[in-house]
Amino acid sequence: MKDLYQAQRAMRNMRQAAMQRGVIAILDVGSSKIACLVLRFDGPEQFRDSDGVGSMAGQSQFRVIGAATTRSRGVRFGEVAAMQETERAIRTAVQAAQKMANVRVDHVIACLAGARPRSYGLDGQVALDGGIVTEADIGRVLAACDLPDYGEGREVLHAQPVNFALDHRSGLGDPRGQAGNMLTTDMHLLTVDHAAVGNLLHCIKRCDLELAGLASSAYVAGISSLVEDEQELGAACIDMGGGATGLSIFMRKHMIYADSVRMGGDHVTSDIHMGLQVPMAVAERIKTFYGGVVATGMDDRERIEIGGDSGDWERDRRTVSRAELIGIMRPRVEEILEEVRARLDAAGFDHLPSQQIVLTGGGSQIPGLDGLASKILGHQVRLGRPLRVQGLPQAATGPAFSAAVGLTLFAAHPQDEWWDFEIPAERYPARSLRRAVKWFKDNW
Amino acid sequence: MQPLKRDPAPSRWHYRYQRLMLTPAFRKLLRVGLPLALVAGVAGGWLARADNRALVTESWQNLVWELQHRDEFMVDAMAIDGADDALSADIRDVLPVDFPVSSFELDLVEMRDTVAAIPAVAEAVLRVKPGGILQVTITQRQPVAVFRTASGLRLIDAEGVIIGPLAARADRADLPLVTGDGARDELAEGLALYDVAGPILPRMRAVMRMGERRWDVVLDRGQRILLPTENPIEAFERVIALSEAKDLLDRDVSVVDMRNAARPTIRLNEPAVAELRRISGPAEEPDE
Repeated sequence: MKDLYQAQRAMRNMRQAAMQRGVIAILDVGSSKIACLVLRFDGPEQFRDSDGVGSMAGQSQFRVIGAATTRSRGVRFGEVAAMQETERAIRTAVQAAQKMANVRVDHVIACLAGARPRSYGLDGQVALDGGIVTEADIGRVLAACDLPDYGEGREVLHAQPVNFALDHRSGLGDPRGQAGNMLTTDMHLLTVDHAAVGNLLHCIKRCDLELAGLASSAYVAGISSLVEDEQELGAACIDMGGGATGLSIFMRKHMIYADSVRMGGDHVTSDIHMGLQVPMAVAERIKTFYGGVVATGMDDRERIEIGGDSGDWERDRRTVSRAELIGIMRPRVEEILEEVRARLDAAGFDHLPSQQIVLTGGGSQIPGLDGLASKILGHQVRLGRPLRVQGLPQAATGPAFSAAVGLTLFAAHPQDEWWDFEIPAERYPARSLRRAVKWFKDNW
Repeated sequence: MQPLKRDPAPSRWHYRYQRLMLTPAFRKLLRVGLPLALVAGVAGGWLARADNRALVTESWQNLVWELQHRDEFMVDAMAIDGADDALSADIRDVLPVDFPVSSFELDLVEMRDTVAAIPAVAEAVLRVKPGGILQVTITQRQPVAVFRTASGLRLIDAEGVIIGPLAARADRADLPLVTGDGARDELAEGLALYDVAGPILPRMRAVMRMGERRWDVVLDRGQRILLPTENPIEAFERVIALSEAKDLLDRDVSVVDMRNAARPTIRLNEPAVAELRRISGPAEEPDE
């Protein structure tokens, strides 16, 4: 635990160094594509003196000066499956983005979709000796949360305090300076597989890049595609990626739950590939051009050329109707959404005051998906696109980039995590010194 | 599933090379440092040979020599203004310049100091005039008095500086004679005595500084006028006035002592004393 605390702190320091230098890269390692954005922090709000998120959700302090996307190789289910291939893909994306930005990037913030995230809700409680909540008290109460046994080979990715309560008053965002006797906190802990993270870190290290932050893709997709009200009132963001579908639940502007379903758009492609007996690339192409989930009478008459790839172009010309294609795709999409439904139910999403569901990610572009999703997930479903960020190329504004855009916001404005506060060492000397000073003040 | 076609990806070294080329410091080094190093290396390699270094120094010296010995910079003659013939000869002796010579090789400051070191020269101005003439303009010291010392006669100028020896007093009979220790320092006062002498000027032989504090005026027939330290001119004028009125100095007086202004004293010669005794003797015998 101490190691992780130190490692995360080191990453935070690295992020500070990158902000000082003004250039930082964003790396979204997905199963279908790897996106790299280069940010330059030189906006007008970079040196704000006040706290809090600035105008335009704090994103006016940076702009995107380089963006590149490459096909992902060697990543499956959002996890690194082939190290060499992944490294090459990261290198391609980073180099292209650097070339566009015409600047060298040394620090990178990455996100990963898979690695079996698991959420825990913790709470801690301390008695305040001074009567006023100080920063050290917050560190103390965060350290007082008793860790669940999250298992061997797991790693803490996020540990965010989501709520503070002082005596019987709950729902405090920032209790510092308030008077009370008992400080209680709720913390959301997200753990991931150690091996998956380690592999990704190794790939990034092999590219001569320093890691300045690591985030869950479901979390950052939620940051970018949920609007402020949804984050406040409670909403779920479903990031339908290539190999994994991440879901995160937000409430009161904090992520309170995250999970991932190990199925995504690649599985749909794979179904088409097997069902229609066409190459993977053709299947992907057919899916993106003609895919859908709701068949109509018109679709029976629309024939799609799928080719035979046998060399005999004259005779061997196969076609399928679009209805057939939809018939292949729909069960898989339904399966994914059912799985998501199960996860949401397990998380107790029904009990939230607002049950908004936002679909984003590359998979959310299937026509008719919102109709299907509203049947399975509930009535309040919408398709989400990421926030608009200054300097982002038009090609990178689609829902497939919501994780990448969310990472830029995360880079500009990371949420307070447990390791942002000083770990409370029970320092006897300091305390005795304070006592001595107090004695002098009282007696002289 | 078909094997994936390998997508183009930069090799590890190409990736590193690209990153290196995007490093600003490295680019600057490449753009500025590399050419500099190249030029310095080639030049250094060439200069490493002693022959080449000698060639460089030799050709440089040749170039300098040729430039300095162009006709425009040559000095052919020396012209001396403001000095008489003897002094001109002296100057030509102390400035041994072999004409023609380049003006770059003339050290005018040192030459001026050399010329100014001659006693008869008050001030010297040297310049190279267009046309290759070394112009030496001299302000000569003018003798105003003859100064007698134990080792002989000297000519001195108004500032008391010794210009040169004088063989005989008769050579410069027009100049007043000054003598005594410290006389050169108070020369102006000594010469002022000559100015006010008026009728007794022909009889004046010298003014003499006594004990570095006051003047004696020495006349012919061994007469002396002892002047006080303060206001010697006025005292001298009194003596002259007395002499005009009473023919004091024509009488048989050896010393007129004006050192005490309240009590001028005269000393008579032996015969005059005897004569005085003889004249006044019967009239008033001493009482004892």
